[in-house]
Amino acid sequence: METPWIIETEELTKKYDGFTAVDHLTLQIREGEIFGFLGPNGAGKTTSLLMFLGLTEPSAGKVRVCGHDPARDPLRVKENVGYLPENVGFYDDMTARENLRYVARLNRIPDSVSSKKIDDLLQLVGLTEEATKKVGTYSKGMRQRLGIAEVLVKEPKLVFLDEPTIGLDPDGTNRMLDLIRSLSKEKKMTVFFSSHLLEQVQRICDRVGIMIKGNLVAVGPIQELAKNKLGVDKESYTLEEIYMKYFKEV
Amino acid sequence: MEDQFSSTRFLLISALIVMVGVIVASMVGMAIKEEVRGLPKPTLLFLLLFTATGKFFSFAQFLGFFGPLIGIILGFDSINRERVLRTLSKLVSQPIYRDSIINAKFLSGVAVITIILVSIVLIITGLGLPLTGIVPGAEEFWRLAIYLVMSILYISFWLGISILFSVIFRSTATSALASLAVWIFFSFFISLGAGFVADAIAPIGQQGPGGVDPQMVLKNAKVQEAISLFSPMTVYSEATSTILDPMRKTTSSLILMGPLERISLSRFQSPLPLLQSLAIVMPHMVTLVAITLLCFGVCYAVFMRQEIRTI
Repeated sequence: METPWIIETEELTKKYDGFTAVDHLTLQIREGEIFGFLGPNGAGKTTSLLMFLGLTEPSAGKVRVCGHDPARDPLRVKENVGYLPENVGFYDDMTARENLRYVARLNRIPDSVSSKKIDDLLQLVGLTEEATKKVGTYSKGMRQRLGIAEVLVKEPKLVFLDEPTIGLDPDGTNRMLDLIRSLSKEKKMTVFFSSHLLEQVQRICDRVGIMIKGNLVAVGPIQELAKNKLGVDKESYTLEEIYMKYFKEV
Repeated sequence: MEDQFSSTRFLLISALIVMVGVIVASMVGMAIKEEVRGLPKPTLLFLLLFTATGKFFSFAQFLGFFGPLIGIILGFDSINRERVLRTLSKLVSQPIYRDSIINAKFLSGVAVITIILVSIVLIITGLGLPLTGIVPGAEEFWRLAIYLVMSILYISFWLGISILFSVIFRSTATSALASLAVWIFFSFFISLGAGFVADAIAPIGQQGPGGVDPQMVLKNAKVQEAISLFSPMTVYSEATSTILDPMRKTTSSLILMGPLERISLSRFQSPLPLLQSLAIVMPHMVTLVAITLLCFGVCYAVFMRQEIRTI
């Protein structure tokens, strides 16, 4: 049997007073894959994420995430889904550990269980030494890593990462991408990676979807898209070429 | 969600408690000495601790005037601070209901207000016991309890106002200023405006051939009172002064009393029983509950309807 879909949408549409942010989006994501969601700024990527999370209601269409309808049953969805927003915020006057514990409490994880997990997560993202410092003193890269740790506190089946590498230095970016890949491989976590940094997407994603002006113009494995669009095989292409081709057509 | 009290906020509030406690204690000390002198054996002396105007003002007046500030300080940045820190989007993506955020903000504020007020009243009572040497009776106790409930309601109303502004405005400075503006409006301008409007509707300055028309004076006072009742401050101070001072038998001013009422006031100088005092201020209490709930209701509706993108 095929692995089940973890996200399923059908003709999903979102309109803001006359302006269509997401136009009839039909998309399926399989459990355990790393899906790259590409598109220029304002293409409707974040709006789609918000609809998947039940944070905003679709104007039309259907969506199911982890087998639940986010608009009707947002709590079931939010229990299983982690979301790292583009500019993640923390309580600056609390330490990293306190921030994580707070999120654990919001997820009804008792302190006795969460404290071990928080230690492990801080180790994983390399913040063990800074764990007792106030988050207000953190650098951009440290905040981003803490954001990842925070998303993982509730042990989600699916994580939405909105531009997780923005503002990171090259080394930080590499480590972040490695971390994402290992999470997907080791914990069988589905990763929904929203970005416009094509080179990174090409490095880690199994499949990509390209969204332009609210329309999903292409979806599939990168190699397949290359074959269709550029007519080439092997490694002689970059995602950027494919993307630009689609972009010019629209 | 009680983790919401950040350390600085709590420090600020405890500083406020201590400050008000000390101010009131010193004022009451002076006040009681002056008040008791010359009084044969005043009944319900204990309540004087709260109503006696010492050198400057009584505790009840102080709370009526500056109480709103406590509510505003507690609430003005409750939602938009989370917005500025970008933690609000994180909160709403956790498995909690969205309304529990705003409920928690309001209820934690009410809890803090309750703690502050109860502790202040206890401080004053504690200081008052050795000062007056009188143990408060059951009736005084109940009057104080009702006073506490009314004060908590009143300050919660201001908490609601400031939370509402923090939902509406993105900047914490704007919401603080807006709350302060409302506070100043109600505390100064309503009474000023009431005077102006009353003079416009029923001028008493113009003297006719028969002197000042008593009907006009009555009408003027009526209009003035009706307008100033729009201010929650007036509602609160009228209610609390009636509850705390059993000698007060009505909330209206002397001019507005009927002749019979005036006669009865001057004839019977005994304190009013608690239930009668309560009956007089019932409409005020209902109003306080209503405006507080209304304010929170508006807050709740606005917050729940806000598009997530603006969060």
